[in-house]
Amino acid sequence: MRLDIVFRVAAKMFIPFILVFALYVQFHGDFGPGGGFQAGVMAGAMVIFYAIIFGLEAAQRIVPPRVVELMVPAGVAIYAGVGVASMLLGENFLNYSPFAHDPAHGQEYGILLVEAGVFVTVSGTMTVIFYTFVGRGR
Amino acid sequence: MIADNLPALQVVLPLLGAVVCAMLRRGTLAWGVALIVSLLMPLCAIGLLLEVLENGTISYAFGGWPPPIGIEYRVDIINAFLLLLVSLIGAVIMPYAKSSVEAEIAPENHAWFYAIYLLCLCGLLGIAITGDAFNVFVFMEISSLATYALIAMGRDRRALLAAYQYLVVGTIGATMYVIGVGFLYSMTGSLNLVDIAGRLADIENSRAVMAALAFLTVGISLKLALFPLHVWLPNAYAYAPSMVTSFLAATATKVAVYLLLRYYFSVFGVAVVFEELPVTEILLFLSLAAMFGASIIAIFQEDAKRMLAYSSVAQIGYITLGIALANQSGLTGGIVHLFNHALMKGALFMALGAVFYRIGTVKIDDLAGLGKKMPITMGAFVLAGLSVIGVPGTVGFVSKWYLGLGAFENGWWWLAFLIVISSLISVVYVGRIVEVVWFRPISQAARSAKEPPLGMLLPTLLLTAATVYFGFDTTASAGIAGRAAELLLAGLR
Repeated sequence: MRLDIVFRVAAKMFIPFILVFALYVQFHGDFGPGGGFQAGVMAGAMVIFYAIIFGLEAAQRIVPPRVVELMVPAGVAIYAGVGVASMLLGENFLNYSPFAHDPAHGQEYGILLVEAGVFVTVSGTMTVIFYTFVGRGR
Repeated sequence: MIADNLPALQVVLPLLGAVVCAMLRRGTLAWGVALIVSLLMPLCAIGLLLEVLENGTISYAFGGWPPPIGIEYRVDIINAFLLLLVSLIGAVIMPYAKSSVEAEIAPENHAWFYAIYLLCLCGLLGIAITGDAFNVFVFMEISSLATYALIAMGRDRRALLAAYQYLVVGTIGATMYVIGVGFLYSMTGSLNLVDIAGRLADIENSRAVMAALAFLTVGISLKLALFPLHVWLPNAYAYAPSMVTSFLAATATKVAVYLLLRYYFSVFGVAVVFEELPVTEILLFLSLAAMFGASIIAIFQEDAKRMLAYSSVAQIGYITLGIALANQSGLTGGIVHLFNHALMKGALFMALGAVFYRIGTVKIDDLAGLGKKMPITMGAFVLAGLSVIGVPGTVGFVSKWYLGLGAFENGWWWLAFLIVISSLISVVYVGRIVEVVWFRPISQAARSAKEPPLGMLLPTLLLTAATVYFGFDTTASAGIAGRAAELLLAGLR
């Protein structure tokens, strides 16, 4: 597929928009359908798409396996870290209210951070599953 | 602040530990993290138990959302007891794990192994502590998925098949559970267990509620390996790494039993489950089938780990027998057997793990003469084995004593008789190992064996000593179990 110019040009056109749409879904999650999981899947799909068209080596040069494997626990760490932060601020686990001057803003910041954690873990997991399967037998 | 957040910490600490292990990627460091977390867990659990004994039920609103809207962590005597049990076993097993894991698992997987183990611990503690029906499902999946991965790490290639078999059966069980929860939710509009219990009172006889009860029973029974649904267990226990087998045998099925207790006694209530439906008869029959059937199968096993796995199925029969009796003594017997069986099976599997560490096999024929080479380990094995039989002065006797009392309380003297007979069958399979280990000439495999390193020996001895200690001093174990039984029988609070 490497030599097929149509695929390569189309992929180069699509990939930025996939990323932008992923980020839109990520940050619009507060107001509409979407959130970290869906956005993470899209971001993961972007890497997978790139790897299918340009080859695994090219994809792993941009998104190295070491980084991806670190993303999986890192997202959970962000999520749980937010919970621990709210405990340190004297509230129950995952209560976001103390994160800002008034509770409503606190809730917004909190869910934003938690969703960022979900995004990191999900996109990392999607990619690492793909890398593992494709990398078998090499 | 720490005291207020103990219920959350009990689950969050293993989760954070797992994350740190996965990020460290170095086996020894990951073990250190897992050890610290495992040692902190019993402290949390003791804190919770003391608080519960002092001030009654603890309710912790997750994220500050008050129940029944938000997820509630609810600790009473029953699950405080279980939390303590699971976290104590976790703490005892961690020092043991180091040598055992180094011997049985490829070095590049060590950090992942500890990360997955801590996730499993997190899931089991989560099931025990949460008061939300769907949250239970989430934690059930966390612990089950972690368990499949842990089993698949066994050195034998058959471990993969065993893990796959457990994955299929476990997923069916989890699906049944979630269907049951779905029925309950459609009828009550709530996922909070206490709230569901309150709302069920008016609609107890509707068919959907009965369907929910049936799905929940079958789903949870698959997880706890009730007799005809136990087929995943022997292979999973036999081929998993030694440390995993000890941990699972001591905790995983116990947590599922707790879940059954919680649904039967706190959500549906004694009146519906035991008086209107023939649950007593069904559970009684299946428990007896487990006690006899699985014990007889255990006698004919060639592999010591498989033998103990079948013995576990039989011992679960005693626990469900206690539930079927549904009276004060019987239920006390069932609950205290949760604790006691965890101690003795933990000790037995740890002793076998030490044997595997030294001679690389646990086939019964290869164990011949091992008593002369590893007298301390095999001595511990025999003591814990006596406890499985139920010899007076060991924990096994305490459980069976209460179960027998429970049988008499219901006027079923024949049941007490059957309990004694089934114990005699366990004499045969424990006796078979004792005979091979102590009275036969040393086998080829056992020739170069010697005692395992202290890190493995001491935890084994600790659990073995506990099986004797709690056989004499029953105030802590049977005392708390008795109070838990009282609370369960008192019904819906």
